[in-house]
Amino acid sequence: MKEAGMTLIVKRITKITVSLIFLFGVYIVLHGHLTPGGGFAGGVIIALSFIHLVLAFGKEVTLKRISQTTVSVVESLGGIMFWGVALLGLFFGGYFFLNVLPKGRPFDLFSSGIIILCNIAIFLKVGAGLFAIFLGLALLKMPVEKKEGESK
Amino acid sequence: MIEFHVILILMIVGAIVAMELEDMLSSVIALGAVGIGLTLEFLLLRAPDLAITQLVVEILSLIILIRATVGVRMPQERIKGRVGYFIFALIFSAIFLFFSYKAIAELPVFGVPLMKMGSLYIKEAVAKTGATNIVAAIILDFRGYDTLGEATILFTSVIGVLAVLRLQGRKE
Repeated sequence: MKEAGMTLIVKRITKITVSLIFLFGVYIVLHGHLTPGGGFAGGVIIALSFIHLVLAFGKEVTLKRISQTTVSVVESLGGIMFWGVALLGLFFGGYFFLNVLPKGRPFDLFSSGIIILCNIAIFLKVGAGLFAIFLGLALLKMPVEKKEGESK
Repeated sequence: MIEFHVILILMIVGAIVAMELEDMLSSVIALGAVGIGLTLEFLLLRAPDLAITQLVVEILSLIILIRATVGVRMPQERIKGRVGYFIFALIFSAIFLFFSYKAIAELPVFGVPLMKMGSLYIKEAVAKTGATNIVAAIILDFRGYDTLGEATILFTSVIGVLAVLRLQGRKE
């Protein structure tokens, strides 16, 4: 059986670029309240960086690092965090989705209260969710499942 | 505004090419051209948030579409020589164009009279939320409920996809 994934050139380049794409996604998320971008776009970029790994190295190598269960757990954590931030306003301010945290100065990284927390929650949710969908599609493409076939 | 219309025409051409091509891969690439055109349109309309989101989602859907369609040849059904179809298509196109012209002619010029809510958001967003990106201030603070609903929709769709595509428990 030949080695999974693409050629050596693609793998080498991928090792360099994946971290840069990941960093760019984190930047987009953390500066979502200052510059264009936000949780959704940053989440998709980070999902794309993992998809980049899957495409270059093959799904087995990637699945060894990040299993589908991990992805599902992270996505659910994002959902719970979003609800938690929304409930924070209900408990401390009296209204659902009230911005209770201190606003800070505009143009600071840690400003705007709950918006940055919401961005991080949406980023976890979108990134993990889209990567889970891609993993589901990629795993389905696997033609022969020997272990599954035997246990049946 | 001439570049706006040029890109619109290119997008329409790309969509027609995507429909008419026999090869699925070429079709998907033509669709990607349409998506890039939409990104440029958003940039020309000064909506960088939408442009970034459209670009990354376009790339993701392009990857999934290419994975799904590589090596697949869809059977093509060509409608030929039917005069009736042609006449009906012409009639409905004329009706659609007439009513859309009527509807669009009534619209105000793009972005000129600022709506009441919009002007309020622009005036008070920075003071009330501390976020200098007004789009983030609107979707995560003023309109948090909508974003919560959107997140719920995404969660449901992911659960649906994983339930349909799961490997364990699938009976062949």
